[in-house]
Amino acid sequence: MMERDIVVIGSGPAGLCAAIEAAEAGAKVLLVDENAKPGGQLFKQIHKFFGSREHSAGVRGIDIGTLLLQKAEELDIEVWLNTEACGIFDQDKVWVVRDKSTSLTIHAKRIILATGANENVVNFPGWTLPGVMGAGAAQTMINIHRVLPGRKILMIGSGNVGVIVSYQLLQAGAQVKAVVEAAPQLGGYGVHTAKVRRAGVPFYTGHTVLEAHGTDHVESAVIVKLDAAWKPIAGTEFSVDVDTICIAAGLTPAVELAFGAGCRSVNSPVLGGLVPWHDESMRTSIPSIYIAGDVSGVEEASTAMEEGRMAGLSAAHSLGYLEASRYRSRFEAINHNLLALRSGMFGQKRRDAKEAIMAARKG
Amino acid sequence: MDNHNETEGRLKTTGAASLAELHATKEYILPDERMHHPVAVIECIEAIPCNPCETACPVHAITVGSEITNLPVIDIETCTGCGLCVAACPGLAIYLKQKNYTKDLSFIAFPFEYLPLPEAGQTINMVNRYGQVVCEGTVIKVVTIKRFNRTAIIHASYPVEQYEHVVNMQRLAID
Repeated sequence: MMERDIVVIGSGPAGLCAAIEAAEAGAKVLLVDENAKPGGQLFKQIHKFFGSREHSAGVRGIDIGTLLLQKAEELDIEVWLNTEACGIFDQDKVWVVRDKSTSLTIHAKRIILATGANENVVNFPGWTLPGVMGAGAAQTMINIHRVLPGRKILMIGSGNVGVIVSYQLLQAGAQVKAVVEAAPQLGGYGVHTAKVRRAGVPFYTGHTVLEAHGTDHVESAVIVKLDAAWKPIAGTEFSVDVDTICIAAGLTPAVELAFGAGCRSVNSPVLGGLVPWHDESMRTSIPSIYIAGDVSGVEEASTAMEEGRMAGLSAAHSLGYLEASRYRSRFEAINHNLLALRSGMFGQKRRDAKEAIMAARKG
Repeated sequence: MDNHNETEGRLKTTGAASLAELHATKEYILPDERMHHPVAVIECIEAIPCNPCETACPVHAITVGSEITNLPVIDIETCTGCGLCVAACPGLAIYLKQKNYTKDLSFIAFPFEYLPLPEAGQTINMVNRYGQVVCEGTVIKVVTIKRFNRTAIIHASYPVEQYEHVVNMQRLAID
C-alpha cells in the first residue's frame, strides 16, 4: 500500500495552507481534491480580504490563491486533482477514486480534512425553477466562468456571502433588485452592506421570499414581511421583477468523511451545526485525524488559512518533524493570528463558539 | 417602514450608516472649510478585524493599534491626502474630501470598482449613502496605478451644498 506522512483532503484555503505548513516542516504531503483545479472557493473571491498584514489583508482572494499555489509548487507538494476521497478506514487509510476510474487506498500517518462546507437551501413554491440558485453558484458563474446567471437578481440573505456576491453581481453588470433578510437586522459587515446600498440596492430586513413565479424560468418573486415570530404577515406581499433568485442562507460543514471515520461530533449552532470535536491544534478525537477550515466550523477564508497552518504544523510536529521550541513559537504565532481574526463585534461570537467546541467533552 | 430615509435609517437595517449614526462616532471626521487640501474621511464604524489603512499610511496619520478590531482614528492635521488608504481599505470605506475645492465646489476622491470607468471631464451623477443621485459632478481624474490593486480612485468636484451627502457616483451604463 502506498504510504504518505500526511494526506490533506481538500485544496481550498485551509487545505493548501495545511499542506504548505506541513511540507515546510519536512513532511511528505499528498494533497487531494475532487475538483479539476485547486484553490477551492479562493479563486472566486475577487474582493480584497480583511485582516492585518499577516493575514494578507488588502490582497484579493484570487491573488492569495495564486500565491499559495506557487508556494505549493516550490515545495514540490504532490497534488492529485479529480480525486474523490470516499472514506477513511482504520483511522489512517484513505480510500480515493482518481479520475472516476482508479480506486486505491493510501496509508496516511496523519490525515487533515479540509473539506469545507455546503450551501444551505431555502425552499419555497417555485424554488425548483431554473434561475433559483445558491449565491455561491452565482459567484462561480460570474467570477470563474464569466457568465451572468441573469440580469435582475434577488438575493436572499444578508450575511457576508449574500452582500459580497451582490456586490460582485453588480460588478459583473447585473442589477440587484433587492437583498432580503428574514432577521430584523442585516448580517454582513456594514462596510459590505454600505457599498451595495450606495449602488442603489434596497435591503429588506424582516422579510422573506414567499414564492417564485415563472413558466420555464424565474420571472418574478413575491416578498413578504415577517412578524416577530417570523410568520408572514398577510397583506404585506409585493412582487419584484427578477429572473434570478440567489440564496445565501448560510453554510453547513461538510463533515461526512470525519463522521464516517468516527470523529466525535459537537453541535455548534453559531458555526453551522454539527462539527468534529477538535482542540487548539486542530486535532480531532481520533489522534491521527486533523481538521481545518469550514469543516471545523464555518468562518471565513482568512481563519481557514490560519487553521490550515495550525493543522499542518501540528500534524507534522506529531510525526517528529519539528523541534519543540520551533513548534511552540510557530503555534503561538498562528494562534495569535487566529485570535486577532476572532475579535470584535463579529469575531467574538465565533471565538466563544470555537472555545465551546474545544471545551466539549472529548468522549 | 421608511427604508430610504437618510436621517432615520440605520446601518443594520438599511445597509448604510445614517448621518446621525456617523455623527455619534468620534471616528467619523468631516473636514471643514479650514482644511485647504483633501484629507481622508473614514466611515468604518464596526469593530471588524482589519488594519490595512494603518499600514498603508506613509505618514502614520491613521491609528488602529495592536487590537486590529479597534476602529481607525485619523489625525487630519497629519493626513496629506495622498489617497493610499482609499485604495488599501478592503471595505471601500474611505474617501478623500475637501469642502472648498473652489468657492462653490467640493472635492471627493472615492474608490470605484465598476466598469466602464468615467473619464476626466465627464459629468457624472453623484450619489449619497443610499444610492440616491443628489447632484451632478465633474470628473477631475481617474487614477488606476498598480499599487491600487485594481481599485480605481475617481477624483471629482461637485456642488458644496451636497458636501457631506455625496460619497460615490452612480455606475455608468454598460454599452
